[in-house]
Formats: sequence, C-alpha cells, structure tokens
Amino acid sequence: MGELTDLNVRQALAALVAGQVSSFELTQACLARIDALEGAIHAFITLTPEKALAAARAADERRAALKKRGQPPEALLGLPMAVKDVLCVAQTRATCGSKILDNYVPPFNATAVQKLLDAGMVVLGKTNTDEFAMGSSTENSAYGVTRNPWDQERVPGGSSGGSAAAVAARFAPAALGTDTGGSVRQPAAFCGVTGIKPTYGRVSRYGLIAYGSSLDSVGVLARSAADADLILRLMAGYDELDATSSQAALPPPACGEPPNIKGLRIGVPSEYFISGIQPEVEQAVREVIGVFETLGARVVEISLPHTAYALPVYYLIAPAEASANLARYDGVRFGLRVEDGGMLDMFMRTRGQGFGAEVKRRIMLGTYALSAGYYDAYYGQAQKVRALIKADFDRAFEQVDAIAAPVAPSTAFRIGGHGDDPLAMYLEDVFTLPANLAGVPALAFPVGFDQEGLPVGMQLMGRHFDEASLFKLGCAYQNATDWHIRSPELS
Amino acid sequence: MTLTLKEVEHIALLARLELSADEKVRYQKQLSDILDYVAQLQRLDTQPQEPASDVRPKSARLREDKPRQGLSPEEALCNAPSARDGQFRVPPVLE
Repeated sequence: MGELTDLNVRQALAALVAGQVSSFELTQACLARIDALEGAIHAFITLTPEKALAAARAADERRAALKKRGQPPEALLGLPMAVKDVLCVAQTRATCGSKILDNYVPPFNATAVQKLLDAGMVVLGKTNTDEFAMGSSTENSAYGVTRNPWDQERVPGGSSGGSAAAVAARFAPAALGTDTGGSVRQPAAFCGVTGIKPTYGRVSRYGLIAYGSSLDSVGVLARSAADADLILRLMAGYDELDATSSQAALPPPACGEPPNIKGLRIGVPSEYFISGIQPEVEQAVREVIGVFETLGARVVEISLPHTAYALPVYYLIAPAEASANLARYDGVRFGLRVEDGGMLDMFMRTRGQGFGAEVKRRIMLGTYALSAGYYDAYYGQAQKVRALIKADFDRAFEQVDAIAAPVAPSTAFRIGGHGDDPLAMYLEDVFTLPANLAGVPALAFPVGFDQEGLPVGMQLMGRHFDEASLFKLGCAYQNATDWHIRSPELS
Repeated sequence: MTLTLKEVEHIALLARLELSADEKVRYQKQLSDILDYVAQLQRLDTQPQEPASDVRPKSARLREDKPRQGLSPEEALCNAPSARDGQFRVPPVLE
C-alpha cells in the first residue's frame, strides 16, 4: 500500500475491512496532508481535527466490537470525508462562506450528513464555497479564495470549489458538494475529479442552507464514478423533512460487474458545441464520445433548441428564490446583528454589512424580478421558458439514454480573471444550468488535459431518477481510461 | 440604463439592504446590464406554455400531520444574537 491519502473511497473501505489500516491512521494521514498543504490550497473554512480523530477512534472501536459479534460494519465505517460549508453538521459552525453566518453553529445535521454519519462517515471539516453557493470560482467566499491544486494561480471552480480542491489534493477521498446551477460539476471539471449532481429530489435538502429551492441538490465529489455512486446511494431517499424528496428506489450499483453499455444511446446536442468553446475541450469531449462508441454505445445527433435561454432563465429564477430564502438573515434568530436604531435600521445594516457583493446583487435582481409590475414579464416568463427547456429534455430522452456535453466552455481560469463583470462569470454556467432547470441528473468526470496541463471535464445528463445509466457509462469509461486517477504534484 | 438610481434605492429598501452611494451606482449599471441581457426571454413566444415552477415527476408525498419532536427552546435560541426569558430579543418596534 502506498500513501494512505492516495486511496480512493472503495480502496480505503477495502483496507479498513481487511484490517490493513485503521480509521485513526487514515484520518491522521488526511489531517497530516491537510496540515502540510492547506496553506497553499485553502480548501477548508473550518477544520475539525479533534472531532475527526475522536470519531475515527470510535469507528475503530465499533468495528472491533461488531467483528467480535460477527456483525457486518456500516458501509462507510471510519471513512474520512469533507463537507461543503452550506450543509449543516451539528455543533460545527456553518458559514456558507458568508460573514452573516460567521458564528452560526447549527444544532442539527442535514439529512444527507446524518445518513452518512449513520453509515460511519468521519467529518474532517467544512469546505470553502462561494457565499451562499453563488458563484463559479469560489472567489466570492468571505473566507478567501481556494486555489486549484493543478495550478495555484487558477480558480478551482465553484461554488463547491473547496470540496473539489480537497478531493483533487488528496485531502479526502470524497467530499459533499451542492449543485444549483453547476456547482458540483464545474469545480469537478476544473479540478479533474468526478462529481454527481443527482436528480432534483433524489437527496433530501433538509439542512442544506437554501439558495434556489427548486434547483438545489446535494451531490458528491470523488475520484471515480463508482465512489460517487456508492456515496450517493447512502444519502438518497425520501425524507419527511423535505416534501420535495422522492421515494423513487435506486437500482443496484452500476459498477459491481464490468459495466456493459452495449446498445445504450448517447445523444450529442449541437447546441452545446458552439463557437467560443475552447477547442481542446470540444476535442476531448468528442474523443470520449468515440470511446463510448467503441465500447458499444450508439451515438445519436440530437437538438435541445432552448439551450441558449437557460442562462437568462436561471439568472431570474435562482435570484428570485434566493431573495426569498435569504430574507431570514435579518439579525433576529441567528448570525450577524448590527444593532443601531430601530428594527428596520437593524435589518438594513445587518444585511448591508453581512452579505457580500454577489449575494446583494442577486437579492436585488430577484427582488426586482418578483416586485409588483415586473413579476409576469420577468419571473413568470422565465418559468414558462423553463418549461420549454424541460420539454426539450423530455423529447430528447425519448430517443437517447444519456446526453454528452462539455461541463464548461473552458478549463480553469485565472484567479481574478473575470474581474468585476458578473455577466462574464455567469457565462461559465451556460452548459450546466439546463440540467438544474429540468431537474435531471448529471455526472461530470475528467477526460484529459489541455496544453497547459489543466484538467478537462465532460458531463453526461440522464433521465429523471436514472443516475444508474450515467454511472454505468462513467464506470465503463473509467475502466477503459486512467484520467480519473491522475493527481497533481503538490509539495 | 434600464434602472434609475431611484429604482435601485427602492429595490434595496424592499430587499432590506443598506447600500453605500458607490454600491448604488455600481448596482445600477450591473443590474441594468443583466436586465438587458435577460430581456431576450420576453421576445420568445411561450403561448400557451404553462409555467414550470416544479420539474419533478408527480411523486411528492406529504408527511402525516402528527406532532413530532422539534428543537428545544434552548436549541432554537442557541444562535440568537440576543435572547431573554426563552425569547428572541429585538430593538424596540414602537417608540
């Protein structure tokens, strides 16, 4: 066995089961690597090493006790992971990357977190994010920017940039992220890791601090599709505390057997291969489509005609939902309070000082789109176009089982590269937004490198609740290639 | 410019955001740019399309209407900036 931190999820679990390593050793190895390299990468907002080591020791004791009784261990018993700082872990502060929640310590666990804790997860800490998950670079965090482990002058993507960087830098074998408009997939692509944005409703949103409630989903970043599949199925399922969570059953893991993708139909939408896309990104995606063909899949040209409207639709709907969701930060029940004068002054000052520039921009935009006289023209019309975008997907999935597309128009851009131009930053999301608007699942995975040595990613989008086809294709590709096991040199 | 400075101030008040003079000018420009960009949606014919605020297949289930254990008063108040006698404390609303 080489470095413990090189183990992926399934390798680490196998080593734990075989008794080759203890959770304490594994957790200690992660913490030691974080200690050495976190100064350069800054993947975390909050680290909880004492809690992690205590949980690891308890996991080791539990494993020994279960073994003595002849009982099987929980699926993740003793596995260290990182959690994006928009998901609540009880008694650990949850900032959402915002000064307004700097001192917020949730008294409860998010359901996704609770399920993984029940399965034996050890939490190393809370990862950096754009403030309230609003951003595509992690530059909007109030706690400093995370650096891309492949090139520290570049962004890791966002908003789950801390989680993607933590997995790429071998700080943790897997991390939880969230995806409202691409926030798992784009950082996965930029950092050369695998990320699943599940179907809307697959994972409970309870304890995920809300941004755009009709779009938010909890996902996984890991080093292989098989690992992401394993963790997603432990988080999935109906939850009484989230009425939008689904009871749909998950099929068995796609990667247990050598995955057979013969006859699966992959759609290639012309609207995702537009001018302005970095040529190496387009070329890499086209090559992968060729690999799928040689593995027995059928490739079909398709059209998703309303793709170009996803960006304006998203940047009305998400800010509108955000303006309502973020109304709760008013200095009364939790978080920052700037007390000065009466109630209205307190609200205005607390929010004016507590929120960063992008969050205020989106609250303003959403407030305007929902305000009297403008509702029908902006928000109402956006919802109608959203229905057209979903109908595009419904039609496409009558012909194909998965849709192949780039994740982002380019590889990781330079820190500060988009300056103070919000529209330029929003264009980063042009290929990831449609899946959120339609509620369909999407899997992002690494497919090569550009000339500067930066990872290139692609995504496969699937039918509602058909993550299984995506994992099957992802596992087949990763069995045939080794891009997903490349890791950056860090010292 | 789609938005006037006065409109920016009105939106900020609706959103309960105190903005500096600089911020107002910056948001007037940036929000106007974004609104000009999203205006392309208004040129799209969406008749007779129904709006889609919910894109899930029809499977939602409501939980049973039974009382359940929630947060204790102590837990609910543990993050309060100011609390007294089991209640959140706020500045005076009436003079």
